[in-house]
This record gives sequence, C-alpha cells and structure tokens, in this order.
Amino acid sequence: MSIGEMIRESQVWKSIFRHPMPQDRRNRIVVMLTNFFLHLHPVSIKKQGIALSYTWCMGGVTFFLFLVETVTGVLLMFYYRPTLEWAYNDILALRDVTSLGILREVHRWGAHAMVITVWLHMYRVFLTGSYKPPREFNWVIGVILLLLTLLLSFTGYLLPWDQLAIWAITVGSNMARATPILGHEGPGQQLLNIQGIDMITNASDARFALLGARFVGEETLNRFYILHCIAIPLGVALLLAIHFWRVRKDGGISGPL
Amino acid sequence: MHGVSEADFLRGISPFLGGFYLFLGMVNGIFAYHLWHNLHRTRDAIIWIVVSMFLVVIAAAAMGGSPPGLPLSLRNFANWATGPVIYSVGTTALLVAAYLLRTWLVRPMVGWSLLMFSLVLLGFSIAEPNFAAIVTKPDNVPIVGLVFLLGFFTWIATAKAVENDRRDAEGLPPTEKLDDEKVLVWPDLVYTELICMIALTAFLVVWAIALQAPLEEPASSVKTPNPSKAPWYFLGLQEMLVYYDPWMAGVVLPSLVLVGLAAIPYLDFNKKGNGYYTINQRKFAYLVFQFGFLELWITLIILGTFFRGPNWNIFGPFEYWDPHKVLALNNVDLSQYFWIMFMGQSLPKAPPDATLIQQLGTILLREWLGIVLVLAYFIALPPLMATTIFRGFFAKMGFIRFMLMANLLLFMASLPIKMVLRWTVNLKYIISIPEFFLNF
Ligand code: HEM
Repeated sequence: MSIGEMIRESQVWKSIFRHPMPQDRRNRIVVMLTNFFLHLHPVSIKKQGIALSYTWCMGGVTFFLFLVETVTGVLLMFYYRPTLEWAYNDILALRDVTSLGILREVHRWGAHAMVITVWLHMYRVFLTGSYKPPREFNWVIGVILLLLTLLLSFTGYLLPWDQLAIWAITVGSNMARATPILGHEGPGQQLLNIQGIDMITNASDARFALLGARFVGEETLNRFYILHCIAIPLGVALLLAIHFWRVRKDGGISGPL
Repeated sequence: MHGVSEADFLRGISPFLGGFYLFLGMVNGIFAYHLWHNLHRTRDAIIWIVVSMFLVVIAAAAMGGSPPGLPLSLRNFANWATGPVIYSVGTTALLVAAYLLRTWLVRPMVGWSLLMFSLVLLGFSIAEPNFAAIVTKPDNVPIVGLVFLLGFFTWIATAKAVENDRRDAEGLPPTEKLDDEKVLVWPDLVYTELICMIALTAFLVVWAIALQAPLEEPASSVKTPNPSKAPWYFLGLQEMLVYYDPWMAGVVLPSLVLVGLAAIPYLDFNKKGNGYYTINQRKFAYLVFQFGFLELWITLIILGTFFRGPNWNIFGPFEYWDPHKVLALNNVDLSQYFWIMFMGQSLPKAPPDATLIQQLGTILLREWLGIVLVLAYFIALPPLMATTIFRGFFAKMGFIRFMLMANLLLFMASLPIKMVLRWTVNLKYIISIPEFFLNF
C-alpha cells in the first residue's frame, strides 16, 4: 500500500471527505453531492455553460477576488487602527516595517480588479440576454451586489487617511449635501421645517449621517471602517449566497432554449 | 512633467518600453509561425514576421535609451481632439462606426491588427513625459487595463453575435446550441476553476510587487489638492457635475442608473436572445445599453481620469497639467437668455418685503419658460412617443411599464442634450431656482 493510499484509507481522511477519491464516474458524481464546497455546483453541466468564451468566467473571478479581499483584509486588520493618531502611520508601517510587505498592494489592486470584473460580468450577462425570464430577479440581486461592490471600494479608499483618501471621500460625499429634502443644500430642504426651525441643517442631513460629522473626520473614519470591514461584507456574503442559489434554481447558466 | 529632466525620464522608462516591445515582437513571431505552420497562410505569415522584426528593432532602440515617440503634429492633434466636444462626439462616432462595420471588425486579422496597433500606440505615447505621468499613476493603471479588457471582451461578444446572426439568417440555431451535450462538473469545471484561481493569484502577486500602492502625505483638511478627484469609478458622476447641479449628478441620476439597471429585465419584453450572443435579434436593447455603458459611463470615466486636470479643466494627453491655465467660462441660464437678451429687461425680482407667495410667484414668472420646457419634456413627450415611433412598444408594454421606460430613457438622454446645449450656447441651467437649491 502506498502512502497516498494509506492516508486515503485512514479513519481521519474518511471522516473528513465522506467518499473515495473522484477517480471513476460514480465517485465524480458523489463528490459533487457530498462535499460542502462543491455542492454549490451541479453534478453535470452543459458544455457551453462552462465555455470560457461564453461566461468569460467573470462571475467566478469576481467571487474569487471577493475571497482574496476577505483574507487580505483580515490580515490588514491585524496591523491597522482606525484612529487619527494611528491610521496613517499604520499604513506607512505596513509598507516599511511589516513582513509580507505586499499585503496592502494585493488588497488594493484586488479591489480595483473586483470593480472591473463585476462590470465585465454584468456586461456579459447583458450581452447574452441572461437577465430574461426566469433570471430577472437574479439580475436585480446582481445590481445590488454591484452597488455594494462600489461602496466597499469607496469606504476602503478612506482608510489610509492620506490626502488622496480624505479628498476623494470629501468630493464623493459632498454630493449628499444636495440630496432632495434630506440634504441641507438640496431642493425641498425647507419643507422639513417646524415652526420656523429648519430640521435639515449641516448637522442633521444625509451627509451628516454618512460622515458622522460635518466634515470628513475621526467619526467618519470609524464609520467607514465598520462599514468596510463588517457591515458591507456581511451584506455581500448574504446576497452572494442568494445569487448562487438562484443561478442553480433558475436552471443553471443560461443557454439557448 | 516638470522637475525630472528629459534624460532622467527616458532613462527610467526605456527598459520598461524595451521589454514591452520585445514581448510584443515575440508574440507576433509566434503568431506568424502559427499562421505559417498550422494554417498554411504563408502570405499573412510574412506580414506578421515583418511586424515582429519591426517591433524588435524598436525594442532595441528603446533599450538603447531612445524609445520612439509620436511626432509633434500628432501629439498636437491629440491634445486638440480632447476638447469636450470633439472627445464626446468623436467617441460616439467611433462607437457607431464600430457598430456599423462590425462584420468586418470581427475578422481575426482585423482584431489582431487593431490590438497590436493600439498597444504600439500606447508604447509610443508613453515615451512622452506628460502622458507617462498620468497613465502610470498607480491608481490609473487599472483603468488602462479596463480599456483593453473592455475592447477585448466587446470584440469577442461581437464576433459571437455576428456569427449567430449569420446563422439565424440561414435558419440555423445559435452556436451555443451546438454545445448542449452535458459533461461532469468534476473534472471539467472544477479544474478550470482551480487553474483560474492559481493564475489570478500569480497575477495579483506580480502586480503587487511591480506596483506600489499609492500613499500621499497625511490627510490635511486645510490643504485641498487641485484637482480633487473622487475614486475613479465615480468619475463619470463627477463629470456630470459640470452639467448638472449636485442634487441631480450626485443623487438623482445615480439612483436612476441603479433603478434603470434593475428594471431592464422587466422592461425588455423581447423573448429572443435569451442565453446566446446576438445583436440583430435585440437591436434596441443592445444599442441603448451600449450607449449608456460604453459612452455615458466608460468614456466619461476615461475623460475624468486622464483628461481632467487642475481646476477641472480639460488637458490633452500630451499637455502639462498647468494649474494656472484659465478658461473663460460664462455660462448663462435660460431665464437670463429669455428676460435679458430676448425681452431686453432685467430678471423679475420680488420686493425685499415680499411674502412667500409673492416670492414664489416671481420665481415662477422668472423661470416659466424653463419650467414649461422641462414639464413638456418629461410629461408631454412620453405620450407622444407612445403614439408615434414607440407605438409597438406601447401596445406590448402597457401604460405603466411604458411610462417608466420612457422616463428612464428621457433622463438618460438629458445628459447628452445638456452637454450639447452647454457647448453650443453656453447654457447653464434650464430652470434656475437657487433660492430653493433647485437647478436643472
Ligand atoms: C459581487 C458581485 C458578483 C458576483 C461574485 C457574481 C457571481 C456570479 C457567478 C459566479 C455566476 C455564475 C455564472 C458566471 O460566472 O457568469 C453569476 C451569474 C449571474 N449573475 Fe452574477 N455576480 C455578481 C454580480 C452580478 C451583477 C452586478 C449582475 C447584474 C447586474 C449579476 C447578474 C447575474 C445573472 C443574471 C446571472 C445568471 C447568468 C446566467 O445564468 O447566464 N451578477 N454571478
């Protein structure tokens, strides 16, 4: 008996994998049904559904990039404190002091790449008409995922706390001032006015809710940190689960009828 | 670029460009070999061998410290062509031309030639310091990648659509139909996924080593950088700020983009083109989406990233970002056109002690023309569309769905309309009610 076989015959191995190696047809089917990670997939699939020239693999690539961002993000959290005192210096140290000095680079370029691949994924889903019945609702979930992807990237942009960061976020969030009715420089802002007292001011409007302050400051850093590391990723994870589940329930990858 | 001497700049960029051209030369050599050996197309092979040799020669020149650049006349032309009018009209015209010529463009030889041409053009352009400064900024590199990826995938999708449309005309099913035999996911799919993941990881690691993430000076709320830019994927929205008030550009229009995207499956009643690439079977949906995505979203991001410099002025790709460049802007509201230039009097003004009602009355009087125009645009046009060019749509979609689609299309069309009005007659706002932050 070879060492490989010994391992595969051991009680430990069998307790983890629940089935023999997928070397024959039967076990290649069984593996898809009994493995937690693989059971996302169907057992068999139409050839054109996995043709790279059809799906461009862009949904899968986006998902993979999300996983990369999760792992590198957790590692970055070990080194980063979201306070005015430390944020910038921790990022500096990541470059100059920390081992594995490309952690931040992988995370940042991965984030840019994810924005690009999610657009390409949407583009191919549109061009193949895959949003048509019965996949309408999965497209809608996709649109929310697109928004959340952009927000993830946007909230992360602030965290290095350098000039690039705070001014990009300032420019981006200034527009919230002009939200109709709810922004203090938005049309209809005077409507929320009780006995001559404006309810919508620069300390109570939509922008304030976003920033936690009247300008981009420590409260904003805290808010964006929590949104970036906890709230939005949880939302994405939930929606991804539904998205993948729907791909299966809607009949797998689209194809001509 | 100021501060770095021309010689230093060339010394820095030359090895990179040399490697780049050498790589392209190699790829074309392999391509020529493939043409000759596998496809037996000797004549084509000779052409690409010549191209490959040409690339090796410029690679040598680049490594020797003098990478070839574009002649001054071409650079000046490019700078001139990035003015907003020529840029927007030009990109639209290019997209239309690409659409009309699609059966020719999707020929493999044409596609390959275009790809090589654009890569060499990029190489020639980077040999100029101002161009290099803006394109090689770490956060801008992904956008260069985006442009090439979009070109590549649009080409693939169009090639498949053209092929399917040809088959459809002959009564054959789409090519996707030919592959509907089933295969097992293990091994066919899981191995593809594994290879993809390894390749991507390698790609990310190389990218991360080659290009350091930017880190500027510590944040300071008193030193405003010029220009201050939003993250690149929002630059289309920031560009809209030139033409709209923030409540439209920053809040209403982005929300409508999302609503409009989510509404697509419910508005598109065309049953054809589900699950395969086609253009002819869904021309309307295709053209609207491509205009919105490629022209209004992507080209505005490119404009905002590469061509918007200090004071949000437009700079050509080979132009120095001079913070002192001044452009006279005198934009005029429609109400000013009407009252001052047409009627020859001053704008109606409420007396200082006017009541709220009087103030509102004055505003209505002052802005009546704009208000009528905007209401006509959003309220009178949809029924008109329903009874004329979109008659068939209206019959199939019903009242609510048609009105939603018409209004979304009109909001989308309002951007190019406002752009054109700005360039031609300097029109600022059609309705201008700064008293209530309501400008349109
Ligand atoms: C975080 C972002 C997203 C991830 C990770 C993701 C992932 C995936 C994956 C893995 C698939 C399987 C097929 C493929 O790879 O193409 C898929 C299918 C699909 N996605 Fe997404 N997606 C995302 C965002 C979106 C967006 C933005 C849209 C559209 C607006 C969308 C709409 C769809 C639809 C309609 C399908 C079914 C396509 C078919 O059956 O051919 N998704 N998605």
